[in-house]
Amino acid sequence: MNEVAEYVEVHRHPEPKSFISRWIFSLDHKVIGIQYVMLAVVAVFIGMALSLLIRLRLVWPEQAVPLLGDLFPVGAPDGIMTPEFYLSMLTMHGTMMVFMVLTTAPQGGFGNYVLPIQIGANDMAFPRLNMLSFWTTFLSFCALMMAFFVEGGAPISGWTAYPPLSALDSAVIAGTGQDWWIISIALFCVASLLGALNFIVTTLELRAKGLTMMRLPLTVWTWFVTAILGLLAFGVLLAAGVLLLLDRNLGTSFFIPAGLVINDQLIDRSGGSPILWQHLFWFFGHPEVYIAILPGMGVTSHILATFARKPVFGYKVMVYAVAAIGGLGFVVWGHHMFMSGMSPYSAFVFSVLTMCIGVPSAIKTFNWIGTLWGGKIRFTSPMLYSVGFVSLFVTGGLSGIFLGQPTVDLFFHDTYFVVAHFHLIMGVAAIFGMFAGLTFWFPKMFGRFMNEGLSKVHFWLTFLGVYAIFGPMHYLGMLPHPRRYAEITGVDYLAAGGSAEIHYFITIAAMITITAQLIFLFNLVWSLFKGKVCSDDNPWEATTLEWAVPTPPPYDNFAGKIPTVYRGAYDFSLPKAKRDYAMQCNSDDMVYQQAAGD
Amino acid sequence: MVLIVALAIWLICILLVAPFVVKIRLTNFLLAVAIWLICVALTIPFVAKTWWMPDPITDHARLVDGQMALTFVVTGVVFILAHLALGYAVLKFGRDRSEPAEYTTGNDRWELLWTSAATVLFVGLVFMGYTAWAEARFAEAATQPGSPDREVVEVTGQQFVWNIRYPGPDGKFGPLDVNLIDDSLGNPLGVDRGNPDGKDDIVVPRMAVPVDKEIEVILRTKDVLHNFFVPELRLKLDTVPGIDGRLRFKPDKVGTYEIACSELCGLGHYKMRSYLDVMEQADYEQWLAEQASFLQ
Repeated sequence: MNEVAEYVEVHRHPEPKSFISRWIFSLDHKVIGIQYVMLAVVAVFIGMALSLLIRLRLVWPEQAVPLLGDLFPVGAPDGIMTPEFYLSMLTMHGTMMVFMVLTTAPQGGFGNYVLPIQIGANDMAFPRLNMLSFWTTFLSFCALMMAFFVEGGAPISGWTAYPPLSALDSAVIAGTGQDWWIISIALFCVASLLGALNFIVTTLELRAKGLTMMRLPLTVWTWFVTAILGLLAFGVLLAAGVLLLLDRNLGTSFFIPAGLVINDQLIDRSGGSPILWQHLFWFFGHPEVYIAILPGMGVTSHILATFARKPVFGYKVMVYAVAAIGGLGFVVWGHHMFMSGMSPYSAFVFSVLTMCIGVPSAIKTFNWIGTLWGGKIRFTSPMLYSVGFVSLFVTGGLSGIFLGQPTVDLFFHDTYFVVAHFHLIMGVAAIFGMFAGLTFWFPKMFGRFMNEGLSKVHFWLTFLGVYAIFGPMHYLGMLPHPRRYAEITGVDYLAAGGSAEIHYFITIAAMITITAQLIFLFNLVWSLFKGKVCSDDNPWEATTLEWAVPTPPPYDNFAGKIPTVYRGAYDFSLPKAKRDYAMQCNSDDMVYQQAAGD
Repeated sequence: MVLIVALAIWLICILLVAPFVVKIRLTNFLLAVAIWLICVALTIPFVAKTWWMPDPITDHARLVDGQMALTFVVTGVVFILAHLALGYAVLKFGRDRSEPAEYTTGNDRWELLWTSAATVLFVGLVFMGYTAWAEARFAEAATQPGSPDREVVEVTGQQFVWNIRYPGPDGKFGPLDVNLIDDSLGNPLGVDRGNPDGKDDIVVPRMAVPVDKEIEVILRTKDVLHNFFVPELRLKLDTVPGIDGRLRFKPDKVGTYEIACSELCGLGHYKMRSYLDVMEQADYEQWLAEQASFLQ
């Protein structure tokens, strides 16, 4: 640690001896972080396989899919997918991606691994709680997988599970799939609450000497704000989930109003409100969008600065913007419900607040471009992914300006325009953030680089591929193509508008892009064992504390010697300094006198 | 066609030759070109209206289209500017320059500029769209249902059909009784035929309305959520059990328009469709009389 000017000695924790307590039920935030990332990798490939089935079913409904008939004899007899199977795939794809991928990897994965090191801590504040969070998340994942294989199959009510459809089996197919879905979500909420608590306390209490809040890397800021969002949002979803479970199994009526008639049968319930679920769900659901995307924004800021060799443009404004997005994120949930039948007056208020959230988002975008401006850009693969993130964020964000207005939403609500919007912004933009983070921190985590050539090929195929998939969905929205239709034929105005050609194009693009992800998977596994060895502690010439510790970091990160922090997180290209970067643990003496000394 | 091919060849030539001419690295050049091409490729079909909304058939729908156009202009400008700048930054500052990066931690004036620009543009947009929204929904929320100068139609969603009910010659909807509901006997809504108001109620699977007349739609559902959406009307509302949703429109073009359910309602969601026939007044009256004659 020759980069460190001064350090504080702390008590060292010995590394556990047994394999199980070191690698399986580990208390080490780094191992837990990697476990979260691995869980997300498994989940993302399952989710992606589901999306492939969705696309295949849409354009070739009569075509048998190999092996599918053996796996799901009811949903896909002889490999031919039924319309209800299509809806199950769609529900499970959304749930798998939103919860098990977009919520786990950016926060639980990278946040867990990097945040304690970046703030100069030995571990998270509550290591046991941290372990409990991961294993509860794992249970939740198992419960979700159960939903596929129970009688009746996976639920068909969409990832938003609107009652009465999700509450009454007689409205769908009788079975316990929806119950398993709720149990999974409830467990996930518990895990995320525990995780959020841990992140908040760690950030507030365990920062190294000299590391003030306004010196924190933007990654830490976004993980911190994300944790606050998680703490406030997941509790509400947990409550809603429990109520829905009671409605389904114990005869309560929280979400079921009186007088429902299904198949000529009067449903003997009364007093509930289906709109209540929507309020509770979206009170969680909208912050959830930011839970998925904020860490990606932090990673992007971090990486753009590092590889442009420039300080983040407007660091303070970036921090305020993150805080504003987090705060406003709690008062805009109603924009998902403009057409729900709620009061049109409140819809207008939600709309004004929603447009306000466009402002900090625009600030972030322009500051990213400002960070690149005048830089000396190094086009490594993390940098490519980050630039891709900015583009996707802009494209996906601007369609939100349409959907955030109730007037325009009168046309676009529940069409493919919405599908295009949220996939670009919270789906692929967030995933580009993860690709960027993984290629960036991989050498620190495993002591080997990911293969740069493969990463670049993967970047190009994926960047162009996701635009080819989700770009045309905007045009489908113009026709306007309703979402969640198991068949694309039948609606007259769609046939006249030429939707079939667009669907074929999207499916082909999706097949190519999904195949390209195998390059990523191969790169990941191959690099773990055979990647170029990273012998340097700071291969990217970055400034934050994780690059001041050995590669890979020892069990307690700093080997008992916590460095003192002297400066902000992004001191690149300081005038008169010897090198074009000054690490946070470098004193002014080190930064400038070295220059004189050499 | 020739033009497109020529353009493509020209583009490819530039792509291949340019990096050597201006001595920049291939990666940043390709990235900049990709960013710009994506920007252009996404924009063109919107400008050319290759895939576009069906023509509006009410004044309100035209108001919505005006707001839509305004939003396209505002977001289009931001979209193109951001991508131009991003591509330019990648191209220009990706060159391997010998001098160090420019040291700057930000610029308050620029921050102020784009913060205020974004605020004015985005928040301004909402208020520009106020009238269209208010006309669609506020007026309905403020008035009593069933004003005399309007044709009132009740639309009830059900897995996976639409039931359209007209009050009949007496202009009054009869009371509904859930115990009378029987799909097989042709009484999907449970109309009480013994009641004088309900005796002449007409229930059909297809919706007809007269042209140039104010129509009020009462939206209901028997079971789960559905969504009543006619693209040409630019109107959409969930049907929620327990709540009477209300929409109002005044179509000015005779024709047949499709109603496709726009809220996931179960297995047959994709099949849940009906039609809206906008007719001349005389045709409409004749149609109503025909439907009423089936009740005898």
